[in-house]
Amino acid sequence: MLRYLLRRLALIVPTFVGVTLLSFMLIHLVPGDPIEIRFGEQAVTQEQLDALRHQYGYDQPLWRQFLRYEGEVMRGDLGKSVVTRDTVWSEFVTLFPATIELSVCALLFAVLLGMPMGVVAAVRRGSAFDYGLMGTAVTGASMPIFWWGLMMILVFSVGLGWTPVSGRIGDAFYVEPWSGFMLVDCHFSDDAGACASAWSHLVLPTIVLGTVPLATIARITRSSMLDVLNEDYIRTARAKGLATPRVVVVHALRNALIPVVTVLGLQVGALMGGAILTETIFSWPGIGHWLIDSIQRRDYPVLQGGTLLIAVLVIGVNLGVDVLYGFLNPRIRR
Amino acid sequence: MSRRWITAATLLLSLAATAARADTLVVCTEASPDALNAALSTANTSFDVTEQIADRLVEMKVGGSEVVPGLAESWTISPDGLRYTFKLRHGVKWQSNAAFKPTRDFNADDVVFSFNRMLDKENPYYKVGGGNYPMFAALVQPNLKSVTKTGADTVVFELKSPLAPLLSTLSVQPFSISSAEYADAMLKKGTPDQLDLNPVGTGPFQLVQYQKDSLIRFRAFKQSWVVKGMPERAPRVDNLVFSITRDPSVRFARLQANECQVARYPNPADVPAMRKAKGVKLAESTIASVSYLALRTDKKPFDDVRVRRALAMAIDLKSLVDAVYQGTGTPAAALVSPALWSHNDSLKPRAYDPAGAKKLLAEAGYADGFSTDLWYIPVARAYMPNGQRAAEMIQADWAKIGVKAKLVTFEWGEYLRRVRLGEPDVAMSGGTWDYPDPSQMMLGLTCEMVNAGRNVPHWCNKEFSALVQKANVVTDPKERAKLYYDAQQVFYDQVPGINFADARAYVGMRDTVQGFKLHFFGGQPFGGVSLTK
Repeated sequence: MLRYLLRRLALIVPTFVGVTLLSFMLIHLVPGDPIEIRFGEQAVTQEQLDALRHQYGYDQPLWRQFLRYEGEVMRGDLGKSVVTRDTVWSEFVTLFPATIELSVCALLFAVLLGMPMGVVAAVRRGSAFDYGLMGTAVTGASMPIFWWGLMMILVFSVGLGWTPVSGRIGDAFYVEPWSGFMLVDCHFSDDAGACASAWSHLVLPTIVLGTVPLATIARITRSSMLDVLNEDYIRTARAKGLATPRVVVVHALRNALIPVVTVLGLQVGALMGGAILTETIFSWPGIGHWLIDSIQRRDYPVLQGGTLLIAVLVIGVNLGVDVLYGFLNPRIRR
Repeated sequence: MSRRWITAATLLLSLAATAARADTLVVCTEASPDALNAALSTANTSFDVTEQIADRLVEMKVGGSEVVPGLAESWTISPDGLRYTFKLRHGVKWQSNAAFKPTRDFNADDVVFSFNRMLDKENPYYKVGGGNYPMFAALVQPNLKSVTKTGADTVVFELKSPLAPLLSTLSVQPFSISSAEYADAMLKKGTPDQLDLNPVGTGPFQLVQYQKDSLIRFRAFKQSWVVKGMPERAPRVDNLVFSITRDPSVRFARLQANECQVARYPNPADVPAMRKAKGVKLAESTIASVSYLALRTDKKPFDDVRVRRALAMAIDLKSLVDAVYQGTGTPAAALVSPALWSHNDSLKPRAYDPAGAKKLLAEAGYADGFSTDLWYIPVARAYMPNGQRAAEMIQADWAKIGVKAKLVTFEWGEYLRRVRLGEPDVAMSGGTWDYPDPSQMMLGLTCEMVNAGRNVPHWCNKEFSALVQKANVVTDPKERAKLYYDAQQVFYDQVPGINFADARAYVGMRDTVQGFKLHFFGGQPFGGVSLTK
């Protein structure tokens, strides 16, 4: 197991270097200049623009800028935002809890609904429920998040008035950001109803962000369960006279979970992608919102640093999944 | 049982969803500020924040372009225009925060500190916040020699050369006055950056909380100075919240749900729906902006004024403005917006006359037309909401007189860079005034600016330049207005650019909002705005 873990860890180093190089190159290959965008149509002279470009080192050759960036990353310095002049790390740390909160809720929503749905669909294979569920899952997986989010807002917030339109908590509530997790910090607010407001603000973004993973998990669970239900040991269990729920949950589901766990790891990357759009629609103050802003403003340090930190997270989660997978399935450790 | 739970959950959500309080005004705005001190920024989002917290020596009349007294009660200008003496207001209180309790009122030391911080590289605060004061560097620093105190309530600005727009310039938020006492206290504590991160001022609201990409919370500053005739000085709600909501459709949805009472920068396409929405009203006004199609006057065939006039006559401007601005603009003829003083209202948009245009082109030796590139802006701006649509319509109109236009665009930053380098022959240009002085846009079209990259049509007209340069020096407002008035006539006759439209701005709000006046120079004030129950 240790050798397996070390092998996985060794693979992280080239992945990490590749990510820094790729993010740096892609960002610099996209046309645009952070200094020009910052001033827009305003009356500034070429000299003023050149002086600022020099101040940020953007007048240096690209290879030199990259070496400087790599050196800074190695020292743990991700640089400062061109726009706010705040460090990339402090901005990330401030905003990331909001993204984690939303992503965890979306993942829980997807797992807690998706897995039972997949199991029931597999057990009732070929039934109207199976077709209906899988049809819905395909629709869910192919739903554009932006459209889906706006539809939910129009129906549930504007039309029915059941949920708030956007944000993390009602603007009337004063909450000091102690942990950064609103569901925790709301308990320290003097305003009654702050936590109810925080929960209500989570409902729509959770559903919107969780829809695609839910559909994926339901489909994978179903197909994995179908494979397992046809295995000899399941037939043996049934022949022994075990009750169907016990056969399905104890014998089949445990073995069917292995591919589902792998998919869960991959969903973290997908959730990050989805979070960028979901956060934009719901004005959710997480890193998605932050990265979109930095793309539009060509804020190179934020884009590079943000991409790198997300990559580290995805690599870390996938490593965790690999290790977990190794525990669940001893054959792959070799 | 389960139905009971669903009902309870729905009730809870509904209660939490409609948590609007009468003492809190929530404004849905579009982005986080670059900085909480506008001196460090060029962005309107920063100007909006500083506008609530701090004041300037002079202020702008809300919704207008007239300069009125602010922290300076009065001022005098020396006959040579090189010395401005400001007499300061007495009894103005400073706000406090957890780290600072003021011991004195506002005085001349605060004014001297606020300007020397940006002017004097040896000032301990010069480097705090990056040492980059873009608006000051662009608008005031080239002319400013010194700012000195000649008494507890008197401050003198000495200039190297006359700068007639100085007063208008000083009325925008990057020139707000900070507390010298607060700066000293933070320096002693070893936290000088708090001056910009947690600013205090003399304005109607004080900063309580800023959460990036989420909200900015203010509390009413009840000791703020109040004078008759300036309702924006007095806070009329206890709490003011800027709720950062990037998407305009979502801002509108939040307005409908009463989650915010003011929604700024709506989609032009949403304006008709806003007019019809229940419980929602609109504030609208012509903004001080300019938009035109710049023609490279130093290159063939655009060096011939007949060609430029023909191209202007060949555009069906009314149809273009109807399609592109969708009711948020009217065809323009003058360089200075009707929202600004010195607007030349005698100028009228050229009549659409393709036959006359073809004749003029033939006279200029281009009977068969010619080919050109036409650059359009890739982003939506209030002064040009849809560059591509406008370019396509111009392309179709010009094709009727034999001019073949190839449409070109780039990513926004790249577009700006290439235009600055003088690459396009025909390019969309424009902007919105930051301060109420025609000079901001007019100076960019003088001969001196051709090589500085600001004069997009590369137009060097001696008469126009002389009028604008003179208006930049004389301090008599009437004389200045006449000079700009005449300069607009020259621009119109010589057609270095074809004007598009005078754009209008909109703000959506609940019908419970009272006292809101749309302001289009710098930050929007929310003092004087109240909510009826």
